[in-house]
Amino acid sequence: MNELPRWADVVLVPLINIALAFIVAGLVVLAIGQNPIDMVYFMVKGALGSTSSIGYTLYYTTNFIFTGLAFAVAMNAKLFNIGGEGQAAIGGLGAALVLLAIDWPHWTLALPAAIIGASVFGAGWAAIPAYLQAKRGSHIVITTIMFNFIGAAILGYLLNGLLKKPGQQVPESRSFSEGAHLPNFHEMLQPFGIAFNKSAPANISFFLAIGAAILVWLLIWRSRIGYEIRAFGNSPGATLYAGISSVRVTIIAMLISGALAGMMAINVVMGEQERLIKDFVEGAGFMGIAVSLMGRNHPFGIVLAAFLFGMLNQGGFELMWEMPEISREMVLVIQALIIIFTGALVNMTRDPIEKIFLRLHKKGAA
Amino acid sequence: MSETAPAIELKGISKSFGPVQANKDISIRVMPGTIHGIIGENGAGKSTLMSILYGFYKADAGEIFINGKKTEIPDSQSAIAAGIGMVFQHFKLVKVFTVLENVVLGAEDGEMLTPSLVKARDELTNLAQEYGLNVDPDALIEEIGVGMQQRVEILKALYRQADILILDEPTGVLTPAEADQLFRILARLKEEGKTIILITHKLREIMEITDTVSVMRRGEMTATVKTADTNPAELAELMVGRKVLLRVDKTPAKPRETVVEVRGLNVTDSAGVHRVKDVSFEIRGGEILGIAGVAGNGQSELLEVLGGYEKATGEILINGQAIDLTGAHSDGQSRRKRGIAHVPEDRQNEGLIMDFQAWENMAFGYHHDPNYQKNPLLMDNRKIRDETQAKMERFDVRPPNPDLMAKSFSGGNQQKIVLAREIERNPDLLLVGQPTRGVDIGAIEFIHQRIIELRDEGKAILLVSVELDEILGLSDRIAVMFDGRIMGERLPEETDEKELGLLMAGITDTKTDHSVAEVEAQLANAGGAPRKEV
Repeated sequence: MNELPRWADVVLVPLINIALAFIVAGLVVLAIGQNPIDMVYFMVKGALGSTSSIGYTLYYTTNFIFTGLAFAVAMNAKLFNIGGEGQAAIGGLGAALVLLAIDWPHWTLALPAAIIGASVFGAGWAAIPAYLQAKRGSHIVITTIMFNFIGAAILGYLLNGLLKKPGQQVPESRSFSEGAHLPNFHEMLQPFGIAFNKSAPANISFFLAIGAAILVWLLIWRSRIGYEIRAFGNSPGATLYAGISSVRVTIIAMLISGALAGMMAINVVMGEQERLIKDFVEGAGFMGIAVSLMGRNHPFGIVLAAFLFGMLNQGGFELMWEMPEISREMVLVIQALIIIFTGALVNMTRDPIEKIFLRLHKKGAA
Repeated sequence: MSETAPAIELKGISKSFGPVQANKDISIRVMPGTIHGIIGENGAGKSTLMSILYGFYKADAGEIFINGKKTEIPDSQSAIAAGIGMVFQHFKLVKVFTVLENVVLGAEDGEMLTPSLVKARDELTNLAQEYGLNVDPDALIEEIGVGMQQRVEILKALYRQADILILDEPTGVLTPAEADQLFRILARLKEEGKTIILITHKLREIMEITDTVSVMRRGEMTATVKTADTNPAELAELMVGRKVLLRVDKTPAKPRETVVEVRGLNVTDSAGVHRVKDVSFEIRGGEILGIAGVAGNGQSELLEVLGGYEKATGEILINGQAIDLTGAHSDGQSRRKRGIAHVPEDRQNEGLIMDFQAWENMAFGYHHDPNYQKNPLLMDNRKIRDETQAKMERFDVRPPNPDLMAKSFSGGNQQKIVLAREIERNPDLLLVGQPTRGVDIGAIEFIHQRIIELRDEGKAILLVSVELDEILGLSDRIAVMFDGRIMGERLPEETDEKELGLLMAGITDTKTDHSVAEVEAQLANAGGAPRKEV
C-alpha cells in the first residue's frame, strides 16, 4: 500500500475537513459572544427540522447538483469552466422562451421541451468560449468569466424590454401557463399519504438532477467520448499520439457542461418561479465549483456535496432568523469557511492523514 | 588513521519513502583523486544516495564523512560549503542567460552584479587553462550545444570550489565524440586531484574511465570492486542479480516485399524550422531499419509523420498505397487502420496516460475498436480488462495487475505495457522510438527479443534510438540522421561506433581522422536548438 485507502479518501477526509471548518467557524461565533453549539443546532434544524426546511434544502441541492456536474464534466477534460453562472442564466432564457411560446397542456410535455430549451441555450452559451479555446487559444477561464457578465446583461436587457410583462416595473416575464407547472414534493407525495409542506420549492427536478448524475457517470466512465475526455484531461500531449482530436473533445466537453448548467434553470425558473426573473441563478454557478471540488469531480461525490451545500444554504437563512445577533455577513463567513476547508484545502488534511495511515499500515505489516 | 582519509565516506546510510526502502544500510569509501563509478538499474537507489550526499534528502540513519571529518549536510548550501559539486542529468541552467551569468547565479558576492561578473570572467579563464574547459563566457546557453552546456555545469561546480564532483548520467544526451571529450576532461580533473563520482547505467563508461566501481541493486550496495579486476558481464550480473545476455541474439534478416517507401520527405514544424530534409528510405517486411542520431536531428518528427500527427510534404507508401501527409484526412487513428503501430519515444507523455489504470491504457489509441464496445453507447470495460490481463502475462509485466495506475509501474514494465498494446495488434509496420530509454537491463533483453520476434514474423520495423549499442545490436540496416538529413546508410557488420559517431556529427568523410574540435564545431552548426528536453 502506498496511498490512502479509497474509503478514507472519499469519506474520512471530507468529514475531517467539515469538522475543522465548524471548529474555526465556532471560534468566530465565540468571538462575537455567541454560543457555537446553538449555531450548529439552529443550522441543522433549519436545514432538516421540518418538511418545509427539507423542501428548501433539496431545492438548493438540485441547483448545486446541476452546476456541480457541469463543472465536473469540463474539469475531467481539465477545462476550468467558471461560466456556470452565465450558462445557467442563458439556459433559463431558453427554458422560458419555450414555456412562454406555447400554452402547454401538461407538464409531461412541457418538461422535455423546457429541458431541450434550457440545455441547448446553456450549451450554446458555452460553445463560444469552447470554440475560442479550441481554435484560437483564448483561455477558457477568462472567456467564461466574461460570458457570465454578458449573459447577465442579456437577461437584464430582455427582461426590461422584450420579455417584460406589460404594464409593470419589475424586470420579469409573465407567468407560464398552468400546464407548465411542475409537481412539487407535496403533490408527488400526497398520493402515498405522506404529508409534505405545500409551499416548499423542491420539485420533480430533484429527480431529474439525480438522473443527470447517473448519466454523467455513464458518460465519463463508461463511454468512448468520456474516455477521450479523461485522456485529454490527464495528458493533453498524448491525445495527438492516440488520434484524439483536442478540438473535438474541448467542444463536446464544454457543450455538455453548458447544457448541465443550463438545466439548473428547470428547477428555478420552471419549478419554483414559474416565470423568468432577473438574477435567478444567485451564485449557484459558482457554488457548483466548490461542490464539484469537494465531490472530487465524481457524480456520487457531487450529489453528496450538493446536499451538504444545500443544507448550509438553507440552514444559514434559518440561522439568521433564530439568532439575530448573527448577521447575514456572518452566515456568509461560516459558509465560506466550509467551502475553503472542504474545497480549497483538501490536501492540507489529506497529506497528514495519508502519513498516519501509512505509518499504521507499516506497523501492522511489521 | 595512517593512510589518507577518504574524500567521501558514507556509513550505514538508510532512507525510505513511505513503504519503499530506497537505500538500505549503504556504506562506501571514495578515495581522493579517483573516479568512482556507481552503477545500477533504474530505481536501484543511486540518485537517492547522491541526493542525500547533496543535501536534498535527509537520511533516516547513517553518517557522512568528508575528508575524514563527520559532516552534516542538511541542504545543498552545506554540500557546496563541504566542497561537493553536482552535475545533474537535466541541466539546471537559465537558457536566456549567458554562460557567465549562469556561473555566477547563486554565488554572487553582493547586491551589485558587476564585481562578481568581472571576478567570474577571470576565474573562468583560469579554469579553462587549468582543465581544458574552454567555453565562450558571453554565449547564451540556448545557443550552445548540450556538450557545452554540460561544461558550464562543471564550471559552475568548480567556480564554487568543488573538490568532489558528482555527475549523474552525464552521457545520456551526448554523442560518442562528446562523451569522449567529457571523459578527457574528467581524467584531467582527476590528475589535478579532484574526486569524481560517476553515476551511470552504461557498463562501457564504467570500464573506460573509473578506478573503482560500486554496484547497487534494490537499494543495497551489492559490491565495490576495482574496475581493473572486473568485466562487463560480471557487473551486469551484479546489477540484475542473474546472468544477462548483453548481445542481442538474432539470425540474419530474411527481407520480403517492401512495406514502407518514403520519398523526398520534408517536415517544417509549427515554429517554421525545417526539421526533416528530403529524407528517403524503404523498409521491407522482416527487416529492421535503425535510425541513429543525436536527439533533435529530425528523428522524432519522422516518427510523428509516420504516426500520423505531424504534417509533411513528399510521399509515403504503405504496401504500395500512398498515405495522407497533410493531416487533413489523417491522424493517429487512420494510421492504425493502415497497419502502423507506434511505440513512441516519450512513453510517459505520449505512450501512456500515467493516471490511467493499466487496462485503460491498453485501449489507448485503439479505443475506437468495435470489439471494445459493449453497445453503441458504452465501452466494454470488462472485456478490455480481461484482454489486458492476458497481454500483461504474455509480456511479463510485473505486477500483472490491470487495475494499477500506469505510474505505479517501473519504466521497464511501463514500456512492456506499450509494447504489448502495439505488438499484439499485429501491425505491418512497427515504429519504435527509444525502446529501452529508462528501462532496466533485465527488461531490455526481453524488449529486444520481442522486437526481433516481430521482425521474424515478416513485419517491417523502424527503430529510432540514441543508443548506438542498441542500433548496432538490433538493426539490419542503419541510417544516420543529422540536421534533418540522412547522412548515409550502413550495414551493422560493416561499420562501428566511431564511423556512426562521425556521421551523427554530420561528417560523411569517415576515412580520415577528425579532431574533436572539428566534430564539435560541426555539431554546434546543426540547425536549430534541440526541440524538446531529452
